Amino acid sequence: MADFVSGFWNVYVMGLVALSLLFCVFILIANMTKRPEKVEVQDHLWDETLQEYNNPLPRWWLYLFWITIFFSVAYLAIFPGFGNKQGIFGWSSIGQYEGEVARADERYGPIFNQYLEKDLLAVAADPEANAMGQRMFLTYCAQCHGSAATGAKGFPNLTDAEWNWGGEPDTIKTTILGGRMGVMPPFGPALGGEGVKDVANYVRSLSGLAHDSLRAQRGKDLFLQQCAVCHQADGTGNQALGSPNLTNNSWLYGSSEATIIETITNGRQNQMPAFADFLGEAKVHILAAYVTSLSKGQ
Amino acid sequence: MAQSKHEKIERSVFLMIVLTLLTVSVGGLVEIVPLFFQKSTTQAIDQKGNTLDVKPYDPVRLVGRDIYIREGCYNCHSQMIRPFRAETERYGHYSVAGEFIYDHPFQWGSKRTGPDLARVGGRYSNEWHRVHLLNPRDVVPESNMPAYYWLDRPASVADVQAKMRALNLVGLHKYSEEEIAGAPAAVEGLTELDAVIAYLQGMGTALQNVR
Repeated sequence: MADFVSGFWNVYVMGLVALSLLFCVFILIANMTKRPEKVEVQDHLWDETLQEYNNPLPRWWLYLFWITIFFSVAYLAIFPGFGNKQGIFGWSSIGQYEGEVARADERYGPIFNQYLEKDLLAVAADPEANAMGQRMFLTYCAQCHGSAATGAKGFPNLTDAEWNWGGEPDTIKTTILGGRMGVMPPFGPALGGEGVKDVANYVRSLSGLAHDSLRAQRGKDLFLQQCAVCHQADGTGNQALGSPNLTNNSWLYGSSEATIIETITNGRQNQMPAFADFLGEAKVHILAAYVTSLSKGQ
Repeated sequence: MAQSKHEKIERSVFLMIVLTLLTVSVGGLVEIVPLFFQKSTTQAIDQKGNTLDVKPYDPVRLVGRDIYIREGCYNCHSQMIRPFRAETERYGHYSVAGEFIYDHPFQWGSKRTGPDLARVGGRYSNEWHRVHLLNPRDVVPESNMPAYYWLDRPASVADVQAKMRALNLVGLHKYSEEEIAGAPAAVEGLTELDAVIAYLQGMGTALQNVR
């Protein structure tokens, strides 16, 4: 793209290009016309007897240079390069890219779009759509959720039956399209060190894990005051807020007492990025169906 | 034997050097110098001439960017999405020159052992970057990226003002005295990890993240 700040640079490029080409032509012509009648031996001498003829360049060799001159003139006529001239076909690398994308959309677009009309559960049962979904999952989702979709610490396992934001096919699609922002506020200052420990033990008791029953007893009251707003009084969580169910022994960050204490003290913040703009609805539809299929049968 | 022009050049080292330099410089004079005087390479605009929201790096991102350079991230990560469908499907909109006017020096790179990072901003959560930088295998078991566990230490505040002044001299940056005065306070208390993540999260967000 030649969008020079002033017209001078256009003239400058064209002038230098034309001058160099003309100079090459001049040298070529000079070498082809002014050829010596008799080839002389040069006046230096190596190894006592070794001498060198001063031969002109062979003509066939010089014709090769003519070919390069004609090539550059033709190139500059067809492609951009001569100042801000676009060339006779108006070629540009961006134009070539857009053509490539348009052809691909025409060819592959219908393959993706055919599923958009169908219900997510029907798409989830379609083996071909599933294979497409898996390939996209490995490209766009595996970095956080793992190539087997089993997640990592802080990044949800998608193959179990537990969902923080809801496991309905349409909810999964909403999650992928718009992303989610998971925020657990820090309760360290509000509860104090002992209070946090009490609540942690109560939380462990909810899932039937080993706990100090005295602490759990004390923690229950604190839980009802501070935590029940999001996690509900019975600890089963609220999918509208993304607050996890604490009674199912499924843990995003870990179930050890130390980890739960860390979670309550400092809070947790994590985000599922939105993919609506990047992938478009048709691809997200197939991905949502694939993720739905992962959780089935659990 | 009369001396030909050819012989005259060949037998004078000085003349030979001057003429060689002249010949070699033509390519640069035609292909490189005019780039300094193009709107698309010196202004924050996209390929259609629309203005892009590209700003000089704020102090935290500037510190993060220098850590990126210090750790040699450019050895494995490029920051340049070429206009090919195979790249834009995976990474997002192809890169345009106007996005990089405050990258001094630019980090385009030429090797992709890891993925391109030109549009990594917003693609992952801050928490993901934290876990991933400290030990990539905690989130991507197949990853062969080294663990940068030492980044969890305080970022250096001492030289950030000097960096900003230097960029004012050599780049298109115009950091005001107020911005420079406020820089240490902005970086104070942050870890190197925070700075790198801030840099990564700002990357490539000026152009809409669509292919």
